[in-house]
Amino acid sequence: MSSIVSLPDQSTARIPKRNYLTNENGILSWLLTGDHKRIAILYLISITFFFFIGGALAGLIRLELLTPQSDLMAADTYNKVFSMHGIVMIFLFLVPSVPATLGNFLIPIMVGAKDLAFPKINLLSWYLYMIGGCLTLWAMITGGVDTGWTFTTPLSTHYVNTNVVTTGLAIFIAGFASIFTGLNFIVTIHRMRAPGMTWFKLPLFVWSNYAASILMVLGTPVLAIALVLVVLERTIGIGVFDPTKGGDPLLFQHLFWFYSHPAVYIMILPGMGVISEVISTFSRKRVFGYSAVAFSSVAIAVFGFFVWEHHMFIMGVSNYSTLVFSLLTMLVAVPSAIKIFNWAFTLYKGSITFETPMLYAFGFMGLFTIGGLTGVFLGSSGTDIHLTETYFIVAHFHFVMVGGMLMAFLAGIHFWWPKLTGRMYPEKISQLAAVVTFIGFNFTFFPQFLLGMLGMPRRYAAYPPEFQVLNVFSTAGATILGVGYLLPILYLIWSLKYGKVAGNNPWQATGLEWQIQSPPLTENFIEIPVVTQDAYDYEWLERQKEREVTQVG
Amino acid sequence: MDSPTVALHESSHGEHPSYQRHHFVSMAQQKESASFGMWLFLLTEIMFFGGMFTAYLVYRNWYYPAFVAGSHTLSIVLGTTNTGVLITSSFTMAMGVWCAETRRRGGLILSLILTLVLGLAFLGIKSVEYHEKWVQHHVPGLRFDAMTFVHPKAEPGQAAEPPLPLDMAQHTEVYFSLYFAMTGMHALHMIIGMGLLVYMLIQAIRGAYDNGNIAFIENFGLYWHFVDIVWIFLFPLLYLISRHQ
Repeated sequence: MSSIVSLPDQSTARIPKRNYLTNENGILSWLLTGDHKRIAILYLISITFFFFIGGALAGLIRLELLTPQSDLMAADTYNKVFSMHGIVMIFLFLVPSVPATLGNFLIPIMVGAKDLAFPKINLLSWYLYMIGGCLTLWAMITGGVDTGWTFTTPLSTHYVNTNVVTTGLAIFIAGFASIFTGLNFIVTIHRMRAPGMTWFKLPLFVWSNYAASILMVLGTPVLAIALVLVVLERTIGIGVFDPTKGGDPLLFQHLFWFYSHPAVYIMILPGMGVISEVISTFSRKRVFGYSAVAFSSVAIAVFGFFVWEHHMFIMGVSNYSTLVFSLLTMLVAVPSAIKIFNWAFTLYKGSITFETPMLYAFGFMGLFTIGGLTGVFLGSSGTDIHLTETYFIVAHFHFVMVGGMLMAFLAGIHFWWPKLTGRMYPEKISQLAAVVTFIGFNFTFFPQFLLGMLGMPRRYAAYPPEFQVLNVFSTAGATILGVGYLLPILYLIWSLKYGKVAGNNPWQATGLEWQIQSPPLTENFIEIPVVTQDAYDYEWLERQKEREVTQVG
Repeated sequence: MDSPTVALHESSHGEHPSYQRHHFVSMAQQKESASFGMWLFLLTEIMFFGGMFTAYLVYRNWYYPAFVAGSHTLSIVLGTTNTGVLITSSFTMAMGVWCAETRRRGGLILSLILTLVLGLAFLGIKSVEYHEKWVQHHVPGLRFDAMTFVHPKAEPGQAAEPPLPLDMAQHTEVYFSLYFAMTGMHALHMIIGMGLLVYMLIQAIRGAYDNGNIAFIENFGLYWHFVDIVWIFLFPLLYLISRHQ
């Protein structure tokens, strides 16, 4: 297998003495930093922490489901565990996963700026995220919450006596973290591009984060007001969602899904940006149909706001609106398919190599396609009635979110790790981890499609004995998946000290971030670059290298 | 935070004002970014209030008689006065921004004080209205009784409101829920705004805006006008439902 990793000569290469990590020392220099790269690292550590909490909860769920009876924990404990798994994974991991870490780190560099437009708001965003996260943990420790991650009324307002208020406030606060991240990205991408960096020279990672930012800015406030009204209803008993007073619980679902459906695009779009970068770099080709891929991100963001009701087909909404929303849901499949086809055409006749990020990207393409196609089953109102609230839907969104987004996140972390830290991770073991993750994932979630088709409902601690075989498969797969997620943590931490020095551009990629030192300077660029090349122009990169050689010679 | 990076930039330092942040290429870029960011933030605020306006739209169509009856219990005099107070405070704020732009410190301080006083007056009148609702048992959840709508009492000098059937009368609680949620969120925005006004007042007295670094004041002006505009929508929607009946 030919590799394009070109590590610099080990006798001469070293980590640059002055970089964003060594620029200042001490804990305060991190906690009060305005540097987007340091905030990205803070976010990376925090979301990894919450990912493992959410992962541990997922492990408990799978252990409970190993047997048909509810024996590991009582049914109401199980309710709390899966609710907290959803809340932690969605609000504290998936939503900030790529934007707040890789996006924070890379977007200013990719557009050729020294920082995001509002460094202090960026730091505030991390603090809000941490307050929201700690409040969520507090709610979990002091009794938990058992409404599911959807806080559905009137269950959340009248029928449960768990920490709905604390958790609601936590999500409200964490939501502002997301709003501020999105706001910062939009302003930065609009106003701070380097000279010559036109919209159509931007890397597709920037485009997809831009689209996700629009969703964050416009969607999150609606979730905020929905949660405020739930909290007011629980605490002082106003009647906006209370049917006994004339309120309508469905209104809550409309407001909630008006955010929470676009939220799945907030989660997946930045991941798609990562995949565009990785596929292009490891096929040595410009992304096929650059502008189609760029605009498909924006199209997903726009269509994403008009499909929310497909979460409510069985909740008693009008048949006519079901018809319209079913049709609109099919429309979202179009821009997603545009992306998948364009990536496939980028691979066509490319010089493909199989480095770790590329393996994760392949995993993404396959699993996201399955997740997306099963979404069509759920978007058609007829099949939806059979499949919704079963394990089919669980499998569907885990294929998109874990198989898609988490794979993309890991692809991105492996792709930019040399830039973040200046060091390489061990190649073979990381390739192994990618393969283990892929196998474990399919073992875990494919049986759940079958369970859902057979009619096993989601959100129950016990199930009829005939479903046990497939559940044992799923739990066994989750064990493999767990190993797949632990491995990167181990070798990435190991690489911080013992990894080979990566040099500026180990993948020979074209983005601006690869033309500067690794790890970058605090101010990113010594001089603000003047951009003349298109994105993914590998010939330009070759010319640059030739020029360097002649200059040295 | 930025200070350690100064070394590379010292050569070019004389060319731009001291309040230009290091990651901006020019003062124009910094200013544009700040105001663009503020507009985006106001967009999120529109979506935030939008959720409540949606609820209002739905329930007003369902429970129109209850909304009319609920609306008629509000004091149109106090509501109109408050609208006037708030519009005037927007004017004084606009004057404040103009004074800041033309570097009139005295005028700026006066405008900020006037805006603050008018804001306080608004909240004062609002609290009188809230108290009235408390006395009338019109506070949903905490202290609510729909019977006044089933057996309306005539005010001196006025004809009694038409009585509502019991189920519709109970739906006035939805109207008052929205009334308190919407005006309460609006008042919360006023309180946050007045906190910022106090901060700006202290800064203005210390002369912090004399050097022309007034982005904060300009963007706060946008925020204050936005809060004003929200009220301009709230007033007719809550107070003026079917006043001709």
